[in-house]
Amino acid sequence: MRVAGVLIAIALSLALQTTLARFVVGGTAAIDLVLVAVVYVGLTSGAASGLLAGSVAGLIQDALSSGVIGIGGLAKSLVGFGVGAIGQQFIVTATIPRLFVFLAATVVHALLFMGLYMVLGLRSFPSPWAAVATQGLGNMVVGMVAFATVESLPGMLERRRLGRRHRS
Amino acid sequence: MTVTVAHLVLISAQVNTRRGVPLLEVAIFGGVAEVQRVASGAIGETRTLWQDYAALRQISRENDELKQRLSQMEVALQQERALAQQTRVLQQMLDLKAQTPFATTPAVVIASGASPDFRTMTLDKGSNQGLATDMAVIAPAGIVGRVILPTSRAAKVQLIIDRNAAAAGLVERSRAQGVIVGTGSDRLRLDYVSGTADLKVGDRVVTSGMDGIYPKGFVIGQIESIERSAGEFSNVVVVPAVNLSALETVLVVTSATDMSSKETPSKGTPSKGTLSSETQKPGTAGTPE
Repeated sequence: MRVAGVLIAIALSLALQTTLARFVVGGTAAIDLVLVAVVYVGLTSGAASGLLAGSVAGLIQDALSSGVIGIGGLAKSLVGFGVGAIGQQFIVTATIPRLFVFLAATVVHALLFMGLYMVLGLRSFPSPWAAVATQGLGNMVVGMVAFATVESLPGMLERRRLGRRHRS
Repeated sequence: MTVTVAHLVLISAQVNTRRGVPLLEVAIFGGVAEVQRVASGAIGETRTLWQDYAALRQISRENDELKQRLSQMEVALQQERALAQQTRVLQQMLDLKAQTPFATTPAVVIASGASPDFRTMTLDKGSNQGLATDMAVIAPAGIVGRVILPTSRAAKVQLIIDRNAAAAGLVERSRAQGVIVGTGSDRLRLDYVSGTADLKVGDRVVTSGMDGIYPKGFVIGQIESIERSAGEFSNVVVVPAVNLSALETVLVVTSATDMSSKETPSKGTPSKGTLSSETQKPGTAGTPE
């Protein structure tokens, strides 16, 4: 059941990223919805799930992009594992810690991703910090909206069910 | 009292007025006529009120129907507008296809890149439709990118704004040459321009054809800003001519061989197009800039 949930989250984030993301921020999507999904899985399901989700999502993302297959996968695996470990060690259920986790995950992911490309001499990233900061902010907002939506969904369904029973 | 009144009535029944009309009849008729007047007035008022009420109900019904029809018309209008917009885009593509002296294949954009670190998009046509690696992808406003991975039914396109993308370009006005490089954002950079080159903000940059991918003369964009350091151009920023976030259909240049000699001149309406004036087919003229 949990595996299915993780796969659905990854598929949904990839679908949204490839369809909707090009319409935001002038076509230069400053949001990585797949990373948001990996962080979400890491926080809610633990380090192992975060690692696997990051690995699968990163590899698919690499395959759909024009880069080296594996670099995004490795970066997202490590981020997923790290976020999962932090989620197990610390209480990150309040808004501020979660915002911090999303921001930190974006920065660490960017460092790993760009670092690997630069170490391998495949790409250069002149002054990437503005883009990373923008993406961090975007991921924070989308991540919090995702958490709020998913957490309020069971309560909302329960209220609707009770309301329907009350009317009948 | 009753007897007195009865007597008075009896007497008045026999007494005539000066005009010879019985007094009782006059009194009764006068009283009844007033009652009739009041009753008639009341009935008339009631009838008017009822008619107004009925008319209001009718108007209310008609209002509801008209509102419903207006909503339907608005939906229809939106559909017509969308259709008109689609037709305009397709017309532009047809114009471009007619203007371009190369063999092209139209394709629809079905998705964008999965990672924000790479600027790619996916087309609905692949190697089955003749697409191959390094084919140029163009839109009515200018160049879009190049095919980097064709499968049988789809193709991945690297947008010109991708960090790894580059194209040989030249400034249309001064013929100064350079290399257009993607920055990963929504801007391009013109590198390797000679320090003595004549560049101005607003100059149009077109492909020079030196890279062997983009045929010569396709519009890349316009120079937005120029920086100079130590006599050299250090940072020439170019705004892409194509709005890459609003692309729906594109043309893939499947053969860079000039086909104009094999075709009759097109009668298509020339549009503000991808091609600079020097590469237009006979019969089509570029919009003067």
